Amino acid sequence: MSIRLEGVYKAFGEVRVLEGFSLEVEEGETLVVLGRSGSGKSVMLKHIVGLLIPDRGGVWVDGRHVSELSTEELYLLRREVGYVFQFAALFDSMSVSENVGMGLQRLERVSRGEIRDRVEECLELVGLEGFGDRLPAELSGGQKKRAGIARAIATRPKYLLYDEPTTGLDPITKAVIDRLILRMSRELGVTGVVITHDMESAYKVADRIAMLHMGQRRFLGTPEEIRATEDPVVKGFIEGRPELLENAS
Amino acid sequence: MAAGVGRWGGLTAETVRSVKHVDVWSRLLLQQMAKIGLDSVPIAVFIAVFTGIVLSLQASYTFTGAVPLYFVGVLVGKTMMLELGPVLTGLALSGRVGANIAAELGTMRVTEQIDALETMAYPPVAYLVLPRVLAGIIMFPVVTALAIAVGIGSGWITALQLLDMSTPEFVRGLTLFFEPFDVTFAFIKATSFGFVVTTIGCLFGFHTRGGAEGVGKSTTQAVVVSSMAILVLDAFWAVTLL
Repeated sequence: MSIRLEGVYKAFGEVRVLEGFSLEVEEGETLVVLGRSGSGKSVMLKHIVGLLIPDRGGVWVDGRHVSELSTEELYLLRREVGYVFQFAALFDSMSVSENVGMGLQRLERVSRGEIRDRVEECLELVGLEGFGDRLPAELSGGQKKRAGIARAIATRPKYLLYDEPTTGLDPITKAVIDRLILRMSRELGVTGVVITHDMESAYKVADRIAMLHMGQRRFLGTPEEIRATEDPVVKGFIEGRPELLENAS
Repeated sequence: MAAGVGRWGGLTAETVRSVKHVDVWSRLLLQQMAKIGLDSVPIAVFIAVFTGIVLSLQASYTFTGAVPLYFVGVLVGKTMMLELGPVLTGLALSGRVGANIAAELGTMRVTEQIDALETMAYPPVAYLVLPRVLAGIIMFPVVTALAIAVGIGSGWITALQLLDMSTPEFVRGLTLFFEPFDVTFAFIKATSFGFVVTTIGCLFGFHTRGGAEGVGKSTTQAVVVSSMAILVLDAFWAVTLL
């Protein structure tokens, strides 16, 4: 297994978010995680890079138990992971190019020239060529998101974690991002975990789809399997039919 | 209160441990020194000018007829060096620097920029806290020294222009009870104020929760707590060193 979450429990005060959530992500696959807003998808993703530590259970990446790593070991692991944040999380005081080059500066043996070339290449990949000198405040929401993706892929990571990469984007930009996710997986063999509400994108990019519901995994299967499921909770979610979910609960 | 002090102690210890990440914090130090020190000079000078004027006039009002007027120089010099220079500068900078740090780091926290730093393998304390704390420790004494000099200067000009004193009279008072330790005392205070203002600003910024309202709350708390800490430290140094 490439990424493995096993029986993960996480609560914030009285609010229990994950209640024994388990998931395995195979090497090189793109796994999409679905779930209603507030169901704990982002919380789950943050456990993979050690931004959050489970109350119970464990998370393993390449056989490394994330919550038992030393700080230095955790930083080494994070160099292998690119993280696309829901709201981009670009550094306000830096230009787009500086944002994209931030992760590269932490890598050893990458010269300034290489950083400059890699930044340009990544901006081009997300359709932001010529935007390098702008500040994040001068970008639209979609452009910020694309800059966030460029930053995540700049280090050529082994794993890419996408937190709602296409939410709020226009159809053309969505298609560009979907193609980019596919390219990362198919051409570069990157293992991806994508959180999304967008079923169209999910069907396009996913090798497998999981659904998180009430803190636990409700479904895991291929796009074809999820389309054919009779589970009212999953069906209600993917078809946008709240009555099915209400009847189920 | 105890939990807050514990968290402050934890952040301070983590800041000291972060010194080893020289490659991360060293390139940000000069930028923070300019932001915390140079940008604070106008407000510090403004306060010092008017403090010097008032000290000079109040000394003259108190001493007239009872104490020789050259004692105006004693009061202006001693008060600016031992008390008002460091404390007023510290309080002004707790508003300007402490609030700025808490708001900046608080915004970074609620917009996941600190999480983003972590995912890119940047130790956030080495990147965000240490350069600010070092800049505070270095620049607060520099700004305070300037404020003391300006305050004494404005007190001297006031004495010449409004109190009919001569320069030799004012300087006589200024040097009469001067001890080199007065300067050391001012620097010890300013350094400690720089440390508490920056660490408290970072602490509240780092632990911000809940969007814009949370940032506002952290900023206010940072200013209030660091101002209180300055007054407590002021008394502490007076009790232990004088």
